[in-house]
Amino acid sequence: MKMTKKVKSKKASVKIKFDTEWSYAPSIESTDHINLKKSYDLFIDGKWVAPKSGKYFPTINPATEAKLADIAEAGEKDVDLAVQAARRAYDNVWSKLSGKERGKYLFRIARIMQERARELVVIETLDGGKPIRESRTVDIPLAANHFFYYAGWADKLDYAFPTRNIRPVGVAGQIIPWNFPLLMAAWKIAPALAAGNTVVLKPAEQTSLTALKLAEIMQDAGLPPGVVNIVTGAGATGAAIVNHPGVDKIAFTGSTDIGKLIQRSIVGTDKKLTLELGGKSAHIIFEDAAIDQAVEGIINGIFFNQGHVCCAGSRLLVQESVAKIVIRKLKDRMETLIVGDPLDKNTDVGAINSKEQLAKIEDYLKLGVAEGANLFQSSCKLPSKGYFAKPTLFTDVAQSHKIVQEEIFGPVLTIQTFRTVEEAIEKANNSQYGLAGGIWTDKGSKIFSVSSQLRAGVVWANTYNKFDPSSPFGGYKESGMGREGGMHGLSSYLQFD
Amino acid sequence: MNKKEQNYTDVSDTETMIDDETVVTEGRLKILKTYKLYIDGKFPRTESGRYFVFKSKDGKEIANLCLASRKDFREAATAARGAVAKWSKSTAFNRGQILYRIAEMLEGRRAQFIEELEQQGFTREEADTEVSLSVDRLVHYAGWSDKYAQVFSSVNPVSSSHFNFSTYEPTGVVTVFAPEESPLLGLVSVIAPVLVGGNTSVVLASAKNPLCAITFAEVLNSSDVPSGVVNILTGYRKELLGHMTTHMDVNAIFYAGENDDESKKVKEGAALNVKRARIWNESNFESSKAESPYLILDFQEVKTTWHPIGI
Repeated sequence: MKMTKKVKSKKASVKIKFDTEWSYAPSIESTDHINLKKSYDLFIDGKWVAPKSGKYFPTINPATEAKLADIAEAGEKDVDLAVQAARRAYDNVWSKLSGKERGKYLFRIARIMQERARELVVIETLDGGKPIRESRTVDIPLAANHFFYYAGWADKLDYAFPTRNIRPVGVAGQIIPWNFPLLMAAWKIAPALAAGNTVVLKPAEQTSLTALKLAEIMQDAGLPPGVVNIVTGAGATGAAIVNHPGVDKIAFTGSTDIGKLIQRSIVGTDKKLTLELGGKSAHIIFEDAAIDQAVEGIINGIFFNQGHVCCAGSRLLVQESVAKIVIRKLKDRMETLIVGDPLDKNTDVGAINSKEQLAKIEDYLKLGVAEGANLFQSSCKLPSKGYFAKPTLFTDVAQSHKIVQEEIFGPVLTIQTFRTVEEAIEKANNSQYGLAGGIWTDKGSKIFSVSSQLRAGVVWANTYNKFDPSSPFGGYKESGMGREGGMHGLSSYLQFD
Repeated sequence: MNKKEQNYTDVSDTETMIDDETVVTEGRLKILKTYKLYIDGKFPRTESGRYFVFKSKDGKEIANLCLASRKDFREAATAARGAVAKWSKSTAFNRGQILYRIAEMLEGRRAQFIEELEQQGFTREEADTEVSLSVDRLVHYAGWSDKYAQVFSSVNPVSSSHFNFSTYEPTGVVTVFAPEESPLLGLVSVIAPVLVGGNTSVVLASAKNPLCAITFAEVLNSSDVPSGVVNILTGYRKELLGHMTTHMDVNAIFYAGENDDESKKVKEGAALNVKRARIWNESNFESSKAESPYLILDFQEVKTTWHPIGI
């Protein structure tokens, strides 16, 4: 692409020179302590089972394009076996256990995850391309903490829903995305098990490994066979789960298109449904914000996990009076981002998860330029191998541009300006999505006024991309239905009589 | 057992005793445990130098226990106050991890507690159950650490343009009178709700069954519970009750027992500086009713915050 030319012409806006003798020596996390098999079967009924079709597909390290392992592809028959195993485990074991005992299994799982955190961290980064700093400080600890949190709920459900007669739903079919593989598995499995359900989970085909490691942990924890079943594969495997008559509940995290498809395909059944879908979240910077902190927040909002975040703050709305300085500081800060080897502890932005996703991002960059927006990219060098994208921002965009309306799911920020609070809210809400939003202002009253007018499920004030097991997460509008996390996350996995 | 008949040399530092048969195992002299107090993360003897003898049901002398004094209590109360700042500010997640750690440590010491419970008159089976239920109770409260605020806090729909919410904060230093019966489960049942809520405490162990309390202090000591957060004394209720209830730098009293005179004194002492007094007449600690988030709330203050909404 000829975009670098434009970068050069913008040099006047970059005030700080970073190209000095002060550079970081590489600090590569070693991978010799991890334990990976050459090939992974399906985890059904507590055992590793080869797929009926005999088909396997490779899982690739997106930073090197090297194959990490072969993964079994589950077909309809395999999914059926998994659902049957889950049903048996539900009927015979799990639904008969007391909440206290269920909780103790979950505590065990949490503890083993903590013990094996380093291994999980490295595998997550190898398989998904995310910077090791993030898998180490965010993904893996949060995943373990989710189990720890929901473990405690298992014997306390009556306190969450006083005066209601509650019972588990039964067998939950769960389909998760590739952006936070282990964390999403934890978000799905932990509340389901705490509430007394059994599970058939399908990880994303790009990132199956940590879910399969989690299956090993389930075995180590002595979890009864069939309580958790992991079936790997792509869309067809997911469809087999969604359409299986023995599944009582579907929990899906992924794109809005697939979410709608699932919602339609379970019409006429009694299946319960939760959806965590896409987003195009507005990040609003008011003129009275602490600008340097806000810039850090914007960077974190859009470049965290290469922008592969459903709640990424991908639409920046800056009050006109401070737009110039905010954009200048943003560009300066983008120049300091280290893009490269995800295993390097210095890396800020790792590899794009897959070739397909990189192609999609590049298409949007071309589209943005074609739509007339002004593109700026960090002048960093990208590794010659692997899938990488430069941190990018677009100025001079209009609300009607596709790059403003559609979810890019990459390190691409669009910047609009506004004059009044009303205009900011109007622009923020002008979206099919409603997952999250950010507000930066030093005035507390403004935070609460604006947040109450944003049509979004999570609002971060003077911070962004914060997650906690006790905090409910989920969207308004086409960003999904239901909440995960916190006490609220339990109700998706319970039947209310 | 007559002391003079003991077949081991009575070294002045050896304060514990045990019946003859168990002293020598295969020609080896067993090392006996000295039961001391637990104050500020350390195991001091009582400053008073006094002791009382714990006897098994059949009258055998098992151990000399420290007979804690008023001054010991004051030391413990000072330590507890000093520990409030750190413990009350620790995250709910962290407190949950530590409570769970206590459960892990207790499980690992199962054999030791069973032995002590047997010395205190439990059958092996009863002792086993007592330890299991105590571990599970700790796990139960570990789970509450990051949930009671979520379950019981509120956003209050005030009529003005304000965001108004109420949540819980620990009350501070709590003096705890552990139940006389149920030497381990009863003790755990009174310590856990106070601890998980971010309070610090001075606990008076059962005088009738004091062994497990000091051994449980060792469990606390190896579970990342910061120094001074839980302090455990052994001694006589009738002697310490007055001091523990009238101390002016104590915020609440948790009294487990059914003695009317004592509970009256607790309430009177509480009235001196408006301490919160919780009288708990629980006798069946094995029941699931003996674990409750409401026991956590008994040692919490409600904090309500008003915040304007507007441009």
